[in-house]
Amino acid sequence: MRQTCLKMIYELAKQDPRVVFVGSDLGTGTLEQFKTEMPERYFMEGVSEQSIVGMAAGLALEGKIVYFNTIATFITRRCFDQVAVDLCLHNLPVRLIGSGGGLVYAPLGPTHLATEDIAIMRALPNMTVVAPADANEMRRFMLRSLNHPGPIYIRLGKGGDPIVTPDDQPFAIGRAYRLREGKDVLILTTGICATVALDAVPQATVVHVPTIKPLDTETILTEAAKARVVVTIEEGTLSGGFGSAIAELLLEAGLTPRFRRLGIPDVFPDQYGSQASLMERYGLTPACVAATVQQLQRN
Amino acid sequence: MKCSPSEITLDQRSRDLRRLVIRAIAAARRGHVGSSFSLIEMLRVLYDDVLRFDPKNPQWSQRDRCILSKGHGCLALYALLADKGFFPVEELDKFCKPDGILGGHPERHKVPGVEASTGSLGHGLPIGVGMALNARMEKANYRVFVVGSDGESQEGSVWEAAMAAAHHKLGHLTVLLDYNKQQSYGTIAEVLGLEPLSEKWRSFGFAVTEVNGHDVAELRDVVARVPLEPQKPTCIICHTIKGKGVRMCEGNLKWHHKTKISDEEIQALYDGLEAA
Repeated sequence: MRQTCLKMIYELAKQDPRVVFVGSDLGTGTLEQFKTEMPERYFMEGVSEQSIVGMAAGLALEGKIVYFNTIATFITRRCFDQVAVDLCLHNLPVRLIGSGGGLVYAPLGPTHLATEDIAIMRALPNMTVVAPADANEMRRFMLRSLNHPGPIYIRLGKGGDPIVTPDDQPFAIGRAYRLREGKDVLILTTGICATVALDAVPQATVVHVPTIKPLDTETILTEAAKARVVVTIEEGTLSGGFGSAIAELLLEAGLTPRFRRLGIPDVFPDQYGSQASLMERYGLTPACVAATVQQLQRN
Repeated sequence: MKCSPSEITLDQRSRDLRRLVIRAIAAARRGHVGSSFSLIEMLRVLYDDVLRFDPKNPQWSQRDRCILSKGHGCLALYALLADKGFFPVEELDKFCKPDGILGGHPERHKVPGVEASTGSLGHGLPIGVGMALNARMEKANYRVFVVGSDGESQEGSVWEAAMAAAHHKLGHLTVLLDYNKQQSYGTIAEVLGLEPLSEKWRSFGFAVTEVNGHDVAELRDVVARVPLEPQKPTCIICHTIKGKGVRMCEGNLKWHHKTKISDEEIQALYDGLEAA
């Protein structure tokens, strides 16, 4: 997904002189071809996320479209004030590309886990929050990102994530997509959790919500109105994240299905291991989702 | 410096600009009085003698960019922008009012002539670096000026951006630092000292000079000569007095940011200015 994202930045830059790439201290050789062919629009600025966000704002105020990539936790909470003031208050076309969203960096510990990125980014006015499910969807999204007027937070997966979105599925920022039609049970997911949802309960409707903000309220409410059981799955904190956004939407619309959010509780993950092992620890597996659905159906 | 900041007697224009600041304060009965008064001559020289701009076309692409990074000093900026015709001077009478465009910190989307919304400190220089990089990319000949403060220089983002400015050899970027040596709680020295300040900026790759920040002629002379060294960003450390121009405010932290300002205090500000 990250490789696709970076490749798309190169392609967008080739066709649009407004596109600028900024990294902090990425792996050596990142976007080498971009750097060789368009050196004046390629910046590797060092470990200085606060300054980089401001710099990106300055470029965007002058008409540039800036794609800034670094580790998800550093591009969100390390420079939160700059994101809020420089990007969101000014409503500028800067794309924050967070590598390793959620539990990807499990072996590296809590300093590198972006578990609250969705929660804090969606609290900011003017911010759009996007978490594609796979590399194909990333490509479709990136084409739409170019002319989007305000800032976007883009959450990347680990890479090599299973392809679950159909090739012919369109992409529009702010739209949710039904990946499977089922009956009585609705599973809402974002990012790579679409895979977990599809493998969990064969008879469930699965709606993938790549744009967490703004939410596709029409699609979500239409599908939720048909379901007796609604479950949300996210690779992130339950405090104010994707599931919270869905809960707010349903309750305020007067919908009260049997409802459960699956995600990371209000803790810093206490184990290393792998993304998969931490997802298992927090119940983000098809078996746990299936058990949750069964429990809700019984009650 | 030819003389110390305390030895400077304000001329008519400096007093008139401070009168505009008092006019806004009278409307809201609050404001960063001391932080604005220390800035007046720095901004006056920029807007009177240095910057290229067109108040009728605030977004003119070839204008010089001037970012007030110490956003709490915005009353001084508002006085200059009103004086130059970016907006009617009557706007000052709506300072901090619900229907006004002028708030306690400046916002770009509301105030013509404001290049960046600031208030949270340490934001102006990074944004200025981005604007300066764009000028190079586009082969545009506009210059970028960032007006910051001493207390603001305690923010780490200032130094991140300083490194970037030097790394990219941004000779068309100049920082003017309002060094009034006081912050909200006390003196800079007692809260979190910055000295040796010149050496700090120099070691970060800037060409540095120090001036009397209330001496209009000296400011003019120095700012006209930037960049002081080729391919280096410039930092002009402006020695100033917080509250300069009204004796009761000078060096008096009660006037750093004051609320519930009374009729008598407004009159005392006007009277004090006349006596300066």
